[in-house]
Amino acid sequence: MKPFKTLDAITCPLPQSNVDTDQLIPARFMKRSRADGYGGFLLHDLRFDETGAQKPDCPLNDPERQGAQILVSRRNFGSGSSREAAVYALVDYGINCVVAPSFGDIFASNAVNNGLLPATVSEDDCEALLAGLADGAQTATVDLEAQTIRAANLVLPFTVDPVWRTKLLNGWDDIDLTRSHAAAISAFAEADRTRRPWMQPRKTG
Amino acid sequence: MTVAGTESGRTLFDKVFDAHVIVKREDGQCLLWIDRHFLHEGSFHAFNKLKERDAEVARPDLTFGIEDHYVPTRTRDLSVIDPAIRGMIEQLRGNSQRHGLRLFDLDDPGQGIVHVVGPEQGLTLPGLTMVCGDSHTATHGAFGAIAFGIGASEVAHVLMTQTLWQKKPKRMRITVEGALAPGVSAKDIALSIIARIGADGAAGHAIEYAGSAIRSLSMEGRLTLCNLSIEAGGRCGMVAPDQTTVDYLRGRPFAPEGTLFDKGAADWLALQSDADAVFDREMHLDAADIAPSVTWGITPEDASPITAKVPDPENFEDPARAQQVRDALEYMDIRPGQCLSDIRIDRVFIGSCTNSRIEDLRAAASILKGRKASVPGLVSPGSMQVKRQAEAEGLDRIFLDAGLEWVDAGCSMCVGMNGDLVPPGERCASTTNRNFRGRQGPGSRTHLMSPAMVAAAAVTGHLTDMRELMQAPVAGGNIG
Repeated sequence: MKPFKTLDAITCPLPQSNVDTDQLIPARFMKRSRADGYGGFLLHDLRFDETGAQKPDCPLNDPERQGAQILVSRRNFGSGSSREAAVYALVDYGINCVVAPSFGDIFASNAVNNGLLPATVSEDDCEALLAGLADGAQTATVDLEAQTIRAANLVLPFTVDPVWRTKLLNGWDDIDLTRSHAAAISAFAEADRTRRPWMQPRKTG
Repeated sequence: MTVAGTESGRTLFDKVFDAHVIVKREDGQCLLWIDRHFLHEGSFHAFNKLKERDAEVARPDLTFGIEDHYVPTRTRDLSVIDPAIRGMIEQLRGNSQRHGLRLFDLDDPGQGIVHVVGPEQGLTLPGLTMVCGDSHTATHGAFGAIAFGIGASEVAHVLMTQTLWQKKPKRMRITVEGALAPGVSAKDIALSIIARIGADGAAGHAIEYAGSAIRSLSMEGRLTLCNLSIEAGGRCGMVAPDQTTVDYLRGRPFAPEGTLFDKGAADWLALQSDADAVFDREMHLDAADIAPSVTWGITPEDASPITAKVPDPENFEDPARAQQVRDALEYMDIRPGQCLSDIRIDRVFIGSCTNSRIEDLRAAASILKGRKASVPGLVSPGSMQVKRQAEAEGLDRIFLDAGLEWVDAGCSMCVGMNGDLVPPGERCASTTNRNFRGRQGPGSRTHLMSPAMVAAAAVTGHLTDMRELMQAPVAGGNIG
């Protein structure tokens, strides 16, 4: 996974609360292979009407926000299902950071596993940032080392779980780390057989 | 009991979590042992990651495949369905076969929705850690297990290692004391909680449900309650095991038996929060304050008692919340101040991992018995075992005589992946868990409520206080 240090990019406002995973990628697209890319499905029903035409009022369709890599939204972003496809849709579209006052827990965890930074800001700072973008600010600079967002003459602090921060800064993948604990895992499983003999599923057929 | 070295007692969550820690890092990350891993058709992304690494499944004996998200409910013949949907089911079959996993496929008498099948097969036990690539995995916490949804990267991690890195979340206790009024169900408790604390009100927290009203719930009711923990943003929901839990598990196919069961039961009953355990958050509700509830908006926090009116966005001080309510009413095509019970519906759905168990079907049937539905609707039992039991009790006849469709088990119209959709613009009274925009199909409008409330709406054609239609229970079941 590519390390995340700083990101200076076009920034798109999405001033809605509860942008849930069913909005981020409607279920009907989830049969597709990832190899084809999920970017076209991102927020599909907010971006396109029934005929497939772009909805002009959707911020992602604003010609000045094309190529956005940062999204700013309101509270409870990514609530709902565990579908990692919601993160695939963002990442494949080109979004590498979402700024919001709160995130769905599973979404945020999935985001970090795909190198996407969920940056948590206060409600007030979020509204200030959204106002700055509405007033014409085009870009933002997200600095993960310093945990700041610079945009529209604002310098705003953001929080991210320290463990996730380290993982993103280094581009780490959990599996390799876990494999280094193979002996401890085997020892745990062995001891557990005696400690909780009832854990094993009885029927195997 | 206080553990040496700690200042106060431990919560139920702490006890189960601590017992699964293999490695604890200085930064708080814990490598957790996982006791059960369920997979459904959506697991193909994770299996592709295994393929990339040429990896095997570490513990096939603890890994179970279940066909539920994409399965057809009106036929079991895969040759007649959409090839893209068939492809999803076939991928799971291929991956299960390749890795030697027990699969509950369409031909299996135990097939059904993963969160219905796990408990009824005895795969779900108290004190376990359980994961699935599905956010409603919180359901299994009804047994005192730590159960939560994970994404595809984490599914791949569990497949390859039977472990997962987790940081201990904060602990929250929601205590509901007193007796629920007749007709008030676990669904109403959950909707009342979510309306109060918000759809992210429990974010970052593991919830324990406690109090006399929770104790008096059956396992089915506890499953409904824990299922909806994620709709409050909770990492998981739990109920401490008690005699109700143990009695439910005895004799289940995958549960231990004989002396092993007795040892298990002793261990399970010891899983209680210590009297001096400290929670990061506490919330108290009086059961008497909970009424049959419905949602009117596009997140589960948009819920009110059926006796209430549609809220007016102008009455919210927070501009973001006012905007959200305005957007919700526009999408739902309802007016501020309108009586909730005046909202007309186009169809009903009874099913999903939230409310498709035998008690749910009995509760709906008790309202529908001897009556006709005035709108079309689908009843999809949570598993084929539930279906057989319902038919043995004659519930299928009640639904069919009312004019509703009685179909096979699957996730069905909760998420519409199998093609069971609410048509654009239509309004559905639904026993499911999410009223998100387009959740039941593009342009669909969802009102969440209990099975008895859906049944009442089916009869009248509008959202209805089921207490006005209460009649004698069916087949020994009760409405609660």
